[in-house]
Amino acid sequence: MKERNILIIGGGPAGMETAHQLKQLGLHPIIIERNDKLGGHLAQWDRLFPSSDDAEELLEKLKEQVEGIEVKLNTRVVNIERQGQTFHVTLSNNKTLDIDAIILCTGFDLFKAEKKQEYGYGIYNNVITNAELEKYFKTHQDERINDPKRIGFVHCVGSRDVKVNNTYCSKVCCATALKQACEIKDEFPEADVYCFYMDLRMFGKGYEDLYLKAQKDFDIKCVRGRVCEVSENMEGKLVIKAEDTLLGTPMKMTLDLLVLMCGMEKADGVERLQAMLNLNSSSDGFIENSNPFTEMNCTKEKGVFVVGSCTSPKTLPDTLSEARSAAMEVFNYLNDNGQQTTDNSL
Amino acid sequence: MIDFGFSISKSSHINMDNVDLKLFNRLESLNPDIKTCMSCGLCTATCTAGNFTDVSFRQIILMLQRGKEKEALQKVKKCMMCGKCMLVCSRGINTRNILLSITRIYNEEQSL
Repeated sequence: MKERNILIIGGGPAGMETAHQLKQLGLHPIIIERNDKLGGHLAQWDRLFPSSDDAEELLEKLKEQVEGIEVKLNTRVVNIERQGQTFHVTLSNNKTLDIDAIILCTGFDLFKAEKKQEYGYGIYNNVITNAELEKYFKTHQDERINDPKRIGFVHCVGSRDVKVNNTYCSKVCCATALKQACEIKDEFPEADVYCFYMDLRMFGKGYEDLYLKAQKDFDIKCVRGRVCEVSENMEGKLVIKAEDTLLGTPMKMTLDLLVLMCGMEKADGVERLQAMLNLNSSSDGFIENSNPFTEMNCTKEKGVFVVGSCTSPKTLPDTLSEARSAAMEVFNYLNDNGQQTTDNSL
Repeated sequence: MIDFGFSISKSSHINMDNVDLKLFNRLESLNPDIKTCMSCGLCTATCTAGNFTDVSFRQIILMLQRGKEKEALQKVKKCMMCGKCMLVCSRGINTRNILLSITRIYNEEQSL
């Protein structure tokens, strides 16, 4: 059987795990990544919920697995032309590849916090994002985080909000907020830490334990109410307003640091790929798969597959198991096609 | 009979078996977006009048749903119709129109 080339677009956890599994199945995966390194968002993260596992350890493991696999960094897809069952893919380095199957592992973008102007990101110095806090945990370099005495976390920033046209839940922010709340409390034990939530969606294994740990061991205070606006007082501290909905009373609070839990959005540039491959979006803007139960990795175009958060917000375990199931899906697809070509050649 | 000073407390339950939702259902059929409220509290947090009185759009809707019409209408009176709640609502509910609709529907009923 001739070597089967599979193009994996996106070198984050989804792409890396899919490539590894395909290689195990004897196929020839090629990863293309538009950035200068593998890892996607995982490479920017310090620790992972629910049990604060080291993000770098997972990244290193994924990287080890793709050793020997063809990876093209700083590369984008320029054009895709389909001829029967083969895709002729032109890359930004002007090379053209003949590809038997394409897997989109394009991931997500974090919601741009400045779009929620009422939260003052980019206007007030002490309003930061979840990604920036994570970077601080990694590097311990951020002059805005200077022995804060009172810290607030705003859940659902850019999620469950018609005002920014994102009505879906981003799935990972509840657990991330409580994880980060515990970690910052660990760093500044004197600080009071508040989480402003609408629903705490602690659905996964160990998530509810994280919630309990946050309350019991880290004294994280959860307030049920969405923060409506942030302003700055004369001393340069932040004043936030919300309703304590369980008490039914509006409240305000002065904070030294506010962390916005930015949710997931469809990745920038993915629409261009969708146009080339004739793929639809579902109502939330993410790529539409064929069937959420039985064909989660398939699209309406034969030979084009999807893995991970390019179809909807997903946790890392979700994404990695999807990668494994997609590898099987691609393997079966190529086998079916392979049989057809053998039949024809007889 | 010797009076020992004991008495039976009145139930504090909302008895949904006795709640008449006729008016609320009319309100809801005219303003179906009421159904989408997720009680996030943005309307109340941003409310100018709510900083000084007990007006709260979110609570008004809940009270009407639970048959506490009198209390709800007392709250409605304190609204200044500024529409800030409409600007912030994360479900895009037309709050201002609903408040006007409440006054119309429930007051009509009273005047009958």
